[in-house]
Amino acid sequence: MSDQIDEGLRSELQRQGIWVTSMQELYNWGRKNSIWPLQFGLACCAIEMIATAASRYDIARFGGEVFRPSPRQADLMIVAGTVTKKMAPQIVRLYNQMPDPKYVISMGACAISGGPFKQGYNVLKGIDRYIPVDVYIPGCPPRPEALLHAFMELQRKIDSQKLTGDKKAAHLDPAQPSEFPVPAFGAHDLEPPANPRVFQPPKIERT
Amino acid sequence: MTPNPYFFIVIFVGVALIFPIIPLALAWLWRRFLQPPKPGAEKNATYECGVEAVGEAQVQFQSQYYLYCIIFLIFDVEAVFLVPFAVAFTGLPVGAFIAILVFLLLLIEGLVWAWSKGCLNWTLKS
Repeated sequence: MSDQIDEGLRSELQRQGIWVTSMQELYNWGRKNSIWPLQFGLACCAIEMIATAASRYDIARFGGEVFRPSPRQADLMIVAGTVTKKMAPQIVRLYNQMPDPKYVISMGACAISGGPFKQGYNVLKGIDRYIPVDVYIPGCPPRPEALLHAFMELQRKIDSQKLTGDKKAAHLDPAQPSEFPVPAFGAHDLEPPANPRVFQPPKIERT
Repeated sequence: MTPNPYFFIVIFVGVALIFPIIPLALAWLWRRFLQPPKPGAEKNATYECGVEAVGEAQVQFQSQYYLYCIIFLIFDVEAVFLVPFAVAFTGLPVGAFIAILVFLLLLIEGLVWAWSKGCLNWTLKS
């Protein structure tokens, strides 16, 4: 995790009762243990998300129990469920209104790709067409354990983010955008159908 | 020498002030010096559950709602009186029956008056 501190020296110091850390580690430790999700659910995955927040699975163990009703106070957007084309502009707008740093978990098959409703005329084929997604959870719907796993993966990602240097986190880079264009309703489909900045469909090579 | 008994309150207030101010100040310093600000039109827009906000927040409602409310309230109270009256109806003396009848008639008269005044006509005036 840390580039500066020698791990052996650090464990030796810890044995002596001295805890050495860096600003980056301390900052990321605080951030990863206080991820506040945005409180909204779209479909049946939301029920699993609610179960994750309730006492049996208890996302509070990971510091994520404070579901915020306002995007201004949220760090994490859990896209839980089918994103219809009617709903997609609202989700992108909510994402835009969240302050940096912000993260997105795409929960369930629908949020990843449209899932069982992929052929539907009104279903968005994956929220990653418009906003950058950090963690994908497959499943239909994923169990609460899967959401907890995704949460831990996100914590791992936050923990490894750099504060300085060339590879610093996107939210610390002034050149990286904080908001993404909101799609509008066109004649037949959402315009544009995807944001090329975050979504490049895989090229299919036929031989 | 014993300290002033209110001295502990002073300490309490001091800690209660410092405790939230330190993290807030740290967060402010962090934002000020380390985090690049990224404001934008969407980000600073009014939060309306993800929908684009339309018009002003200080909307005026018609005063006609007020009249409807008043008339509703009167008959709401009437229902509160009517239910016990209906439950105890068979055991009531004639005097009580006449009293509630007068009460009902007064309210109905009020409704007729409001009706004839045109309070129940919904006019769309902007």
